[in-house]
Amino acid sequence: MAEYIILGIFLLGSFLVLVAGIGLLRMPDLFLRMSATAKAGTLGTGLMVLGAAIYFNEFAIYTRAIALIAFLFVTAPVSTHMLGRAAYFDGVPLWKGTIQDDLRGHYKVTTHSLEEEIVPEKDQPHVEDEVDAFEINK
Amino acid sequence: MSLLLLNVLLALVWSALMGNFDPPYLLFGFVLGYFILWLFQKPPRTQKYFREVPLVIEFSLFFLWEIVVSNIRLTITILSPRPQLRPAVVAVPLDLKSEVGIVLLANLITLTPGTLSLDISSNKHTLFVHIFDLDDPEKFVKKIKNNYERRVREILE
Repeated sequence: MAEYIILGIFLLGSFLVLVAGIGLLRMPDLFLRMSATAKAGTLGTGLMVLGAAIYFNEFAIYTRAIALIAFLFVTAPVSTHMLGRAAYFDGVPLWKGTIQDDLRGHYKVTTHSLEEEIVPEKDQPHVEDEVDAFEINK
Repeated sequence: MSLLLLNVLLALVWSALMGNFDPPYLLFGFVLGYFILWLFQKPPRTQKYFREVPLVIEFSLFFLWEIVVSNIRLTITILSPRPQLRPAVVAVPLDLKSEVGIVLLANLITLTPGTLSLDISSNKHTLFVHIFDLDDPEKFVKKIKNNYERRVREILE
């Protein structure tokens, strides 16, 4: 019985990682790709670590699994945040289907700060032209 | 904080007495220790710790539920032949003052599938969140503030 539970957990975990991979291919811009991977990654890997811990059913493995999941949950958002910030600052274009962009015009290139109000045009980072490489909605 | 340490210590004592450090024993020891500490607190019985523990548990359950729900939504979106994407970057005004609280909030938002905290304004008043499927900006901001920020504030401040 326990084996089937472990099997289910592992299958679900690897399925989520697979979906993350498919999302990486299908999503049209960098931010959506990060949305697709970083997240399915957390629950996917979390489930697989959990499955391994249940399989071994030892105290030492449980503590390691908990530490692993904790570090995963603490570090993943930090790297995602850094990537997103750097990409936006560098002018990586958002997909043309983006319906709202509150961040546009708030970065100040000269001081690398993020202002509350819209900064003058010459201080804004240059945004590259949008290229819709995937055209997924067609 | 010292009460938390005491509680963990009581859990360890319980496990030592039972001669078994398996997770169920530790967990039961923790629950027992919590009850004992609650019973023996000094009047007035208003110590923060006893409000925090239920809040943290409630928050963890809520957060786990959010992760599952949004993972399902994201999976459906990714696998559907014609994904309905309505990505947006939304500015969320913050009431949180402490840096720890803001970091925690930003991390929680990023951990929820489909939302991504991109950056915080330099004066720490606004958080910019990227979301893959936006219905209504006001509703989204309200959801972040009511579900996440309120809970983080209750626990930390």
